[in-house]
Amino acid sequence: MSARITCIALVLVLGGALLLALGNLATAEQSALHASPYVISLAGKYLCYAILALAVDLVWGFAGILSLGHAAFFALGGYAMGMYLMREIGARGVYGNPVLPDFMVFLNWKTLPWYWHGFNIPGFALLMVVLVPGVLALVFGYLAFRSRVTGVYLSIITQALTYALLLAFFRNDMGFGGNNGMTDFKDMFGLPLQLDRTRDVLMLASAVALSLCLLLARFVVHSRFGKVLIAVRDSESRTRFLGYRPENYKLVVFVLSAVMAGIGGALYVPQVGIINPSEFAPANSIEAVIWVAVGGRGTLVGAVLGAVLVNLGKTYFTGALPELWLFALGALFVLVTLFLPRGIMGLLPVRAEMPLPRAPAPAQAAASEAGPEGVAGADFGR
Amino acid sequence: MSHPIGAVSETLLYLNGVTVSFDGFRALNSLSLVLEPGEMRAIIGPNGAGKTTMMDVITGKTRPDEGSVVFGADTDLTKLDEPAIAALGIGRKFQKPTVFEPHTVWDNLLLALAGDRRPRFTLLARETPSERRRIEEILATIRLTEQRHRRAGDLSHGQKQWLEIGMLLAQQPQLLLVDEPVAGMTDAETAQTAELLREINRTRGVVVVEHDMHFVRALGVKVTVLHEGSVLSEGSIDHVSADPKVVEVYLGR
Ligand SMILES: Nc1ncnc2c1ncn2[C@@H]1O[C@H](COP(=O)(O)OP(=O)(O)OP(=O)(O)O)[C@@H](O)[C@H]1O
Ligand SMILES: [Mg+2]
Repeated sequence: MSARITCIALVLVLGGALLLALGNLATAEQSALHASPYVISLAGKYLCYAILALAVDLVWGFAGILSLGHAAFFALGGYAMGMYLMREIGARGVYGNPVLPDFMVFLNWKTLPWYWHGFNIPGFALLMVVLVPGVLALVFGYLAFRSRVTGVYLSIITQALTYALLLAFFRNDMGFGGNNGMTDFKDMFGLPLQLDRTRDVLMLASAVALSLCLLLARFVVHSRFGKVLIAVRDSESRTRFLGYRPENYKLVVFVLSAVMAGIGGALYVPQVGIINPSEFAPANSIEAVIWVAVGGRGTLVGAVLGAVLVNLGKTYFTGALPELWLFALGALFVLVTLFLPRGIMGLLPVRAEMPLPRAPAPAQAAASEAGPEGVAGADFGR
Repeated sequence: MSHPIGAVSETLLYLNGVTVSFDGFRALNSLSLVLEPGEMRAIIGPNGAGKTTMMDVITGKTRPDEGSVVFGADTDLTKLDEPAIAALGIGRKFQKPTVFEPHTVWDNLLLALAGDRRPRFTLLARETPSERRRIEEILATIRLTEQRHRRAGDLSHGQKQWLEIGMLLAQQPQLLLVDEPVAGMTDAETAQTAELLREINRTRGVVVVEHDMHFVRALGVKVTVLHEGSVLSEGSIDHVSADPKVVEVYLGR
């Protein structure tokens, strides 16, 4: 059953992206079927958010890791891509320096910082898109999971992580453009970013990346590994007495998820044309969790659906009633939590990708002998 | 496995002067206990006697302040953590049944089945015919063949207890620790559980903690009475129930 839902989602994502691209390229501007560049870039953005949502669902829905800092991995992937795009500008910048990006010339820097080397090579930059979020997740996860930090405490430190990165990237002397970040990109892999064709390709690439991430995530959660992961989510200490090492399972899925988020961020940056420290804002990570909750935690496809629908709403609201958006988002979250604990996917007459456990009575969860993570692990962290 | 067939040692498990304190309160007080290979032992004792804490120490959940726990010939369990101890062949059933509720009965057994526990293996693992055969066997032993495709969360209390025992069997442990297996069971289920444990005991050592005296009597094995963290009395059920110290502890309150 859930296989059919995944197929439908793939058809919608890939078919929809293809139709939009055709609508942009093959129709006249006056045509009713014409998709404007604005629509294309919006669709591309939503697809990248959907990749982030998928990454969040993978750790939250299936391993019980409520990460409130996942946008950090998204932003790091974005920065890695931004660094490539900056180097790609070359001598076409305002100051005409063939090596140094404009903001460095502005700061009177004479040489390129060591960590900017190599980013002029596309392959290296793409490697960093994957490696930087992956390695950070590996180190962070290793320390957190090995010391058995779970539940609310884990959520808090993920939030602290993204906040620390926000502050760090704000600093000019970090060498990432400080407050303003990076922008004014010219082209990517030789294709001018201003061209409709390039934007269509990027949007299509995002759809393909999302589809591949969805298939990979599905493979992971349906494997025996995924079954262990769900066992860890529901009673971590029990899996330990069965001889599994929950910390290793969480680490693998956390790194995989961070890499996915990084890829989403890397596709996002050329489409929106800018990356700055605000992408690390804690609120961004929390929004991503809301997308997943709205779509349906632990359903994968629901995460994609939630990301697209909530962002459609956001686009509409921020255009029509900007001051109301945050209230609407808050209300949506409260309503979904109260009335749709399984999100929109819970309304469909099909089995979830991996059903969540029936919520135990709080006292029972806290008293559960097999769960020393008891209270901290209750409800949200589970 | 540290316990190759043929190299039978004198004892399966040896607790020597184990002490565990929680904020100055001694849950275990210089507890010593010897279990022979293939033995089944019943542990009884009033609430708070330290029975569960003893299991926590054996399985690596709690580190003792003093004393040693030796498994087989010379493995000191106090140096190992839970997964390592599980891998040595010590299985544990909790006081509250803890099965993986969203998974089917079949998948619960599959996850418990002895085998490679590393992510790199489980990511690509496929169910093999021999795994399937093992699961079928266990399903028959724990009388859950009919329920194999049901969610474990939908089973009755007694069925969950059996499923958990089945998961222990799937681990193929040499030593099974079972905490209050018949709590909340009907009389018929209790009798079936006693039978099941005797069957299990044919091939492995078993330690059963239980309050239910009828059940302990039905098992017909050596009994250890714990009180305030150490052994109060040991012997046959008739011997210990006639022991004045035991009578005092059970009736004198
Ligand atoms: N983690 C802990 N922190 C503090 N005290 C504890 C802890 N675990 C157990 N105790 C105390 O240690 C004593 C022994 O507890 P234990 O659970 O081993 O008893 P038990 O014999 O299993 O009792 P029951 O028959 O009720 O299951 C109790 O007084 C208990 O309150
Ligand atoms: Mg107990």
